[in-house]
Amino acid sequence: MMEQLQTTRGAMWLRLLTGSAPALHDWPAVRVCDAPLAGQPARWIAVVPDPDNRFPRARNGEVGLVEGWQLAQAVQETIALDRDAPLKRPIVAVIDVPSQAYGRREEAYGIHQALAGAAGAYAQARLAGHPVIGLVVGLAMSGAFLAHGYQANRLIALDDPGVMVHAMGKASAARVTLRTVEALEGLAERVPPMAYDIRNYASLGLLWKVLQAANPAQPDEQDLALVYAALEAALADIRDAPEHGLAGRLQGPHRAASRRVRALLETQWEAAD
Amino acid sequence: MSDIDKFLKRDSFIERNARSRAQALLDPGTFRELAGPFERLYSPWLAMQHLVTQADDGVVVAKGLLDGAPTVVLAIEGGFQGGSMGEIGGAKIAGSLELAARDNRRGTPTQAVILFETGGVRLQEANLGLAAIAEIQAAIVDLRRYRPVIGVSAGTVGCYGGMSIAAGLCSYLVLTREARLGLNGPQVIEQEAGVAEFDARNRALIWSLTGGEQRAATGLADACVDDDSAAIRATVTSLFARGVPERHRSERAAEFLAALAQADTNVQPEVADVRAVYTTTAKGEA
Amino acid sequence: MEKLEYTFAAGQPAQGRSVTGVVASGDLEVLLEPGAAGTTTVAVQTSVDGYGGNWTALLERVLGPGTLPAARIEINDNGATPGVVRMRIEQAFEEVRS
Repeated sequence: MMEQLQTTRGAMWLRLLTGSAPALHDWPAVRVCDAPLAGQPARWIAVVPDPDNRFPRARNGEVGLVEGWQLAQAVQETIALDRDAPLKRPIVAVIDVPSQAYGRREEAYGIHQALAGAAGAYAQARLAGHPVIGLVVGLAMSGAFLAHGYQANRLIALDDPGVMVHAMGKASAARVTLRTVEALEGLAERVPPMAYDIRNYASLGLLWKVLQAANPAQPDEQDLALVYAALEAALADIRDAPEHGLAGRLQGPHRAASRRVRALLETQWEAAD
Repeated sequence: MSDIDKFLKRDSFIERNARSRAQALLDPGTFRELAGPFERLYSPWLAMQHLVTQADDGVVVAKGLLDGAPTVVLAIEGGFQGGSMGEIGGAKIAGSLELAARDNRRGTPTQAVILFETGGVRLQEANLGLAAIAEIQAAIVDLRRYRPVIGVSAGTVGCYGGMSIAAGLCSYLVLTREARLGLNGPQVIEQEAGVAEFDARNRALIWSLTGGEQRAATGLADACVDDDSAAIRATVTSLFARGVPERHRSERAAEFLAALAQADTNVQPEVADVRAVYTTTAKGEA
Repeated sequence: MEKLEYTFAAGQPAQGRSVTGVVASGDLEVLLEPGAAGTTTVAVQTSVDGYGGNWTALLERVLGPGTLPAARIEINDNGATPGVVRMRIEQAFEEVRS
């Protein structure tokens, strides 16, 4: 089989950040490799396109049935590797995923369960004490992001028009909400959580850091140094933190309602028991 | 009792709204609603878009006892915005699961039932809905270490989108024949992949592949029960009695990969194809 | 989306609170709490604009006589017919009585 030239950001950033470390599996779409972070062994994972995917609806980098379960297996293996280790190795999810795979095969064979495998494994790794860091270098869309990255202790994103986080592509979102794409884009300008760009996303308080890489599509040495420094800082921050949950995402001004609900639940939880 | 008598005597779960479903599950007299409608936790994001809001934002949090055991029921109202997850409804579910896990760490074995009647993320709140779903997933994985988290989807909305992933993380999953469980709704697949891939108007296709009966038959759900409140309650109770599973369905990556390797991906799958691929190993039977 | 507000004379404060209905298409949610003795207030949020006259007429029929308990009522409506609106309001009062 001819080696395909991988040009997606996810593939490129994984290769550069790991110094072209060899893949641990011969999985075409899920790249898993070992490379140091802050001088410690770390596992790095990215989802990349597999144009020859057995599943025809998962040939452009989507997270499909096989990709979801392979992500799960990769993370489970990492947990098993360090089960008796006092210090758990970091797991870096390099994120550039256009969406989940959309297709009849996918629904029939339960793609929702495959993505649950991935999300669950990342969450279990985090709970076991592995520092999980999500680095968004391109797209981070809906189910694919839930499966690969959204369970991270810390989320870092590059500040770039090519970096986007959202729940659904514009055309489908327009169809489902019975609006035009233009109307949706207009709403996105007034309603921050509906926006597609990374600056509006950052305003929601879910990201730990946003990085100004000079050339996110073709990073130079300075860009790599910037990202390494952020990853190392995230690692230190996670190791310092007393707990392994996602509470760090609740601080932003646009999450006031999320905080208020939790406070109210806590107040009422024990009352009159 | 004849089938007609049984049908007439059944107490439809589907016809109950979310609050009523939670009441039907919990032991009589133990239902206590938290962060309820009188707290007026309206969605600020829907209000901003001049859309009518519901006072509980479409999620009912009910604490009580289930067969004597401390239980929190998170009931999603499928009638409001298609049961979609917004910031507040999502926070009610995630926050309750987080408190249930904390209970367990403090010695109280609180367990949870999630009534999934949802299309996934509320697109009017997009990224906050998605973030809330990630937090719900995190909280399920945390709580399920201590006590089972049981998902129920009865219909008519079913369980879709990011919340289908949450359902896949549950310790056990109960469906009715009317319920559907899938990641992408038929409309979205048709939009993304074309009508030949998936005709959103083909109801027979949709239910045959993603309905409760097929999901239970292929091991992606633990039970397919009649639309009857007593039957659903009995099933949930018996599943809690099994305790935390040795391995959750979502941990069976090796088995599922092996099974999928058997699938003939050159053709669109039929009901029988999926049943053949998902034999006992994927279902987790010994 | 339209907001409407009404005040009516009423009896003694309602003896409890209730929530009925759902903001589903063609339905409405009614929140009812005790009001100050002698006065019932109604705040309506409705997805259908331009029916203020209908709301006034309907609420006048139900609450106009002033014999129902004093309540603070909130209605979140998603295009329900007058028949459904009336049913839900009556249900709201009944839930408090029982």
